[in-house]
Amino acid sequence: MNRGQAMKVWHFSEMAYHPAWPQLDQSYRVTVPNRFYDPKIGADLYHRYLDEWALCDELGINIMTNEHHATATCSDSVCTIPMAILARETKKVRLLALGMPVGNRNDPIRVAEEYSMIDVISRGRLEMGFVKGVPFEISPANTNPAELGERFWEAHDLILKAMTSHDGPFNWEGTHFQYRSVNVWPRPYQEPHPPVWTPVGSPGSAIEAAARGITIGVLNTGWARTPAIFAAYRNKAREVGREPRPDQLAYMALIGVGNTREEGRRRADQILDYSRTSGIVAPQFANPPGYVSAQAAAQLLKTGGAMAARATRVQTRDGRPITPRTMTVEEAIDAGLSFAGTPDDVFDQLRAFYDHVGGFGHLLMMGQGGRIGHEDTVANLTLFSKEVLPRLAELG
Amino acid sequence: MAGIEIGGYSLDGSVAGAGPPLLFLHGGDYVAQNAPILGRLARHWQVTAPRHPGSGHSPLPDGFRTIHDLAYLYLDWLDQQPDGPVLLVGSSFGGWLALEICVRSVAKIAALVLIDSLGIKFGGREERDIADVYALPEDEVRRRTFVDPARVLPDYATLGDDELLAIARDRQAATLYGWRPYMHDPGLRRWLHRVRVPALVLWGENDGIVTPDYGRRLCAALPNARFEAIAQSGHYPQIERPDAVAAAIERFAATEVRR
Repeated sequence: MNRGQAMKVWHFSEMAYHPAWPQLDQSYRVTVPNRFYDPKIGADLYHRYLDEWALCDELGINIMTNEHHATATCSDSVCTIPMAILARETKKVRLLALGMPVGNRNDPIRVAEEYSMIDVISRGRLEMGFVKGVPFEISPANTNPAELGERFWEAHDLILKAMTSHDGPFNWEGTHFQYRSVNVWPRPYQEPHPPVWTPVGSPGSAIEAAARGITIGVLNTGWARTPAIFAAYRNKAREVGREPRPDQLAYMALIGVGNTREEGRRRADQILDYSRTSGIVAPQFANPPGYVSAQAAAQLLKTGGAMAARATRVQTRDGRPITPRTMTVEEAIDAGLSFAGTPDDVFDQLRAFYDHVGGFGHLLMMGQGGRIGHEDTVANLTLFSKEVLPRLAELG
Repeated sequence: MAGIEIGGYSLDGSVAGAGPPLLFLHGGDYVAQNAPILGRLARHWQVTAPRHPGSGHSPLPDGFRTIHDLAYLYLDWLDQQPDGPVLLVGSSFGGWLALEICVRSVAKIAALVLIDSLGIKFGGREERDIADVYALPEDEVRRRTFVDPARVLPDYATLGDDELLAIARDRQAATLYGWRPYMHDPGLRRWLHRVRVPALVLWGENDGIVTPDYGRRLCAALPNARFEAIAQSGHYPQIERPDAVAAAIERFAATEVRR
C-alpha cells in the first residue's frame, strides 16, 4: 500500500450531541431518553461536522467516522451515512469507517452492500472497519454477549467472501447467519476489496488481527498500554510469516494545535470533553457476562467490577491512574492521549510517542471532539495541515 | 469436581445421600449457595446436582448454545438411571430447563418441583415478565433476588481464583442460553400440557425477579400442579429458607410421588 510513504492522518469526530450534556449526570448512554435531543440543533450539528470533514479534502487530511448507539456522546449512529455523503462531496482523500459493528448487525450482506456502494461512489477511496463494539453497545443491539466474538468473525468472513465473489450466488449456512443466495451488487471498486481495519484495545485482540493481516486502530491506550499492543501485533505477524508494515498500525490522539501554546492547549481541552464523557455509563452496562473472557470476568469480580477497572485504565507515564472525568490537558499529554500546543509542541510530542511505541503508519487525529466549536475546529485542522503534516515524513 | 458423567462429558457437581434419585438443576448464579438445601435433601434422596455445561468448571461442548442442548443432555442422563423414576427439582433457570425436559419426555420422571422458575412468556410484547438482571443496577438486582442480600452474598474479594472463575462461568453460561429471548422460550407455553407428572410450584413470596403471580400463572398452566409460597424469601427460597423448602418437598413427595 503506502510502504515508505509518510504517515497518513485521518480526522475523526464522534459528532457529539453535547447540547444534552449539561442535563446528564450518571449516564450519557443506553438509557438516556432522546427527549434530550433537539432535532433542529442536531441538524445544524450534522451539517457543521460534515463541513469540517469536507474541508479535509482540501487540507490533505483523510476522513474517519465511527458509530455508537443510544448515546449523547456520539450522534453518528450509522457510520456509513456520513461516508455516503462524503463519498460525493470529497474527491481526493480516503474514507475510513471505523467502523461497522458487524457482530451486532443482523444482516452482514447489507453491510457488504453499503460498503461496496460507498467504495464505488468514491471511486475506490473506502477503508472499511469491522468493530466488535464497546460493551455499552450490547444492550442497544441486543446481541448475545457470550457469542459476540464468534458472530463478529463469521460476519467478517461472510462480508469479505460476498465482496470477492463475482460468479453468481453462493450458499452460506453458518452458525449465526444463513443465506440461500449471496450475490452482492455492486461489487467493490477496489480489488480484491477495500482495506480492512479493526480497533483493538488489548494485545489479545491485536494478535487476532495480526493473524489475518488486518490493520489495527488503537484508541485511548496511551503511553502505558500501546507498546505491548503494537509489539504483540508485530510478533504475531512475523510468526505467521508476514513482515508487519507501519501502515498496519494506527494510533488515535486528541490533537489541539494553536498559534500559541495556550491556544493549542485550549483547543485540546475542549476536545478532551470526549474522554471526560465517553465512559460515563450506568455500571450494569459496562461488562455484560461473556463480553470478556471468564478469566478476566473472575478478576473483575475480585477487584470491584468493570467500572473500577475502567477508572484505572488511563495512566500517566509513571503509572499513576488518571480520572477520565476530570482529566486535564497536561495529564492527557503526559498519558500520550493528547498532543497539544504549538505545531512544534505537537510534532515533538508525536515524535516522542512514535519512538516510544516503535512507530506506526496512521495517525487518527481527533481534531473535533466534545464542545470545541466550528471555527476552532477549522483553525485546528488547517494549522495542523500547514505546519505539522509536511513534517511527518521526518518520522521513522 | 465430582465428575458426573453424561453423554461423554464429565460435568462438575456433586452426588450425595442415599434413597430414590433426585436431580437438582441450578439457576444462573449463586450455585454454591445451594449446598445447605442439597445436604438437607440428601437425607431422603440420592441427590445429583450437576453444574450445567459451560458453568462452574463443567466443559462447554462444541456447538452447545441453547437450552434445548441442555434438555437433551439431561434426558440422556435420565435414560441411564437404573433406580426408578427421578424427582426433578429446578430453580430459576434450572426450572425452565426442567420444563424443557418434561415437555419432551416424562418417562423417567416421578414428579417435578419448580422453584421460582423462569422460561414462560405470559405477558404482552411490551410487558416484561422477568426482571432484566442485565439492565437493572446491581444493588436493585440483589434486593429483588434476596430478602436479606447481606446474609447470602459472598465477599467476592476473599474468594479464591478457582471459585471466582466458576462464578464467572456460571453467569456467562446463563447469558449464552438465556440472553435472547430473555430467559424464556416463546414456544414452550403451548406444550406445558405435556408435563404429565405431579408438580409442586414453590415460590419465594418476596421474589422481585419473577413475582409469585407469575408462579401462580405457571402453576395454572400445568396439568397437575399445586402452588406453595415460601415466606421471607426472594428468588432463591431454597438458599434463604432451605429447611422450609426441603420440608415442602418432603411433604409433596410423601403424598404425590409414584415410586
